[in-house]
Amino acid sequence: MINSVTNLITNLGRATLALIHETGAIALFAFVGFSHIVRPPFYPRIFLSSFLETGFFSLPVVALTALFSGGVIALQSYTGFSQYHAQSAIAGIVTLTVTRELGPVLAGLMVTGRVGASIAAQIGTMRVTDQIDALSTLSTNPMKYLVAPRLLAAIIALPLLVIIADILGVAGGFMVAVFKLGFSPTAYITATLNSLTQKDVTIGLVKAAVFGFLIALMGCYQGYTSKNGAEGVGSATTAAVVTASILLLTLDYLITDLFFSY
Amino acid sequence: MTSSPTIPPKIRIRDLCKSFGAKTVLDDVSLDIPAGTSFVIIGSSGSGKSVLLRCLLGLMTPDSGLIEFDGENILNVSAKRQKDVQHRIGMLFQNAALFDSLPVWENVTFGLLARKLIPYRQARAHACTLLAQVGLDSAVADLYPAELSGGMQKRVGLARAIATKPDILFFDEPTTGLDPLTGAVIDDLIVDCVKKNGSTALAITHDMASAQRIGDEAAMLYQGRLIWQGPAASLMESGNAYVDQFTHGRSQGPIPIEGCHSQA
Repeated sequence: MINSVTNLITNLGRATLALIHETGAIALFAFVGFSHIVRPPFYPRIFLSSFLETGFFSLPVVALTALFSGGVIALQSYTGFSQYHAQSAIAGIVTLTVTRELGPVLAGLMVTGRVGASIAAQIGTMRVTDQIDALSTLSTNPMKYLVAPRLLAAIIALPLLVIIADILGVAGGFMVAVFKLGFSPTAYITATLNSLTQKDVTIGLVKAAVFGFLIALMGCYQGYTSKNGAEGVGSATTAAVVTASILLLTLDYLITDLFFSY
Repeated sequence: MTSSPTIPPKIRIRDLCKSFGAKTVLDDVSLDIPAGTSFVIIGSSGSGKSVLLRCLLGLMTPDSGLIEFDGENILNVSAKRQKDVQHRIGMLFQNAALFDSLPVWENVTFGLLARKLIPYRQARAHACTLLAQVGLDSAVADLYPAELSGGMQKRVGLARAIATKPDILFFDEPTTGLDPLTGAVIDDLIVDCVKKNGSTALAITHDMASAQRIGDEAAMLYQGRLIWQGPAASLMESGNAYVDQFTHGRSQGPIPIEGCHSQA
């Protein structure tokens, strides 16, 4: 009995220490990676290619997700609100939900699955095939060459994606409300504009920049520290997506609580 | 191996130790490599060869000991000086470690471009000259590493290693994964490049034919210790039971082999 309790405490202590160690390692990695964004030499070609990969090529999946999510919110709100004759609130609900939450969160999750995994796989493969060591021997700092451009690209690309997601999400709600539920287009647009606030949009964009940093950071960190060949790269990719998704949702709550709690 | 007391050897290693947890990988390794020498280190998998090379490359910090290049302790220098030291090194990795996302010509001139030693617009032409030195046609310059055979990748890796004319060259298993004929060609190219550049070379390998072709001097690492050192030409008849068993690939001898009964 005493032995099992001791073992339990030992394992708990070991897991806690491992968690603290990992958290510290990620924080240090983030600090070093971020510091290289502002220190030359810069790699504009790597930045541009990462920016296109993160922003431009994620556009279709983010756009479709936002469009349909906006439509679904309009549909579901109507089902509930019509019972209380509060259909006029639907435009406001769609706008508020999309700009505050769904825009940044859905875009973030889509980019996590698409780009976070790809970053982890790319850098992980470079790690296990000695390409990262080769960079070091060729007078190139891997943190500066591989990590900094990807972090910067994601920090800039995510807010741009979220602006598009916000517009398409609201448009999705508009289409369902007008073409399916019979709302007046003018009244819906007026209600949308009345409920649209600068604060909601701005904080949504701040969230997006934070999520972008987080997605690229977890992809780069998991890839950079991967080992054990192809299996290790696979594990790094999974870990990048899972940790980034969990951290993204946690930070979403914390930022919402910070700016919108009364 | 001894060298003149006034001129330090190109590479001097003293009492180098490295452990991972309880496992000692390098155990008091000491070695001198004079300038212009091609030195080969042999040893079975897990003997510490790659760790020694990583310590020399600055990719790993040893627990204790000394590494000197031309009498300068490279383990105890500023980050800027460390960068200068790294500029003097060329490295051919085991699987060439070419950058997948870049065409061959950018791989070859990567170090030159990183140090701004040539302008970008001249890089491709310069890469073609370097590729010719390792026996590759300029048509290869625009291909990507995935489109090349193993032997061609090694040649490109060699071209990349010698591009900056380093005075120290390291080779990690240069013939691994190649057929004997291609292996021999790569060895000849290595010898040729080393002689032309006047570089000091250190190769780690467990290919005996390659070790004898590349090396002037050789040493054997066994369980992290340097157990033999002598001319590479005498590898096959060293008189050391461990080296003889290893070089002749015998299952019987002082080196225990999993699944076989060892015999001292």
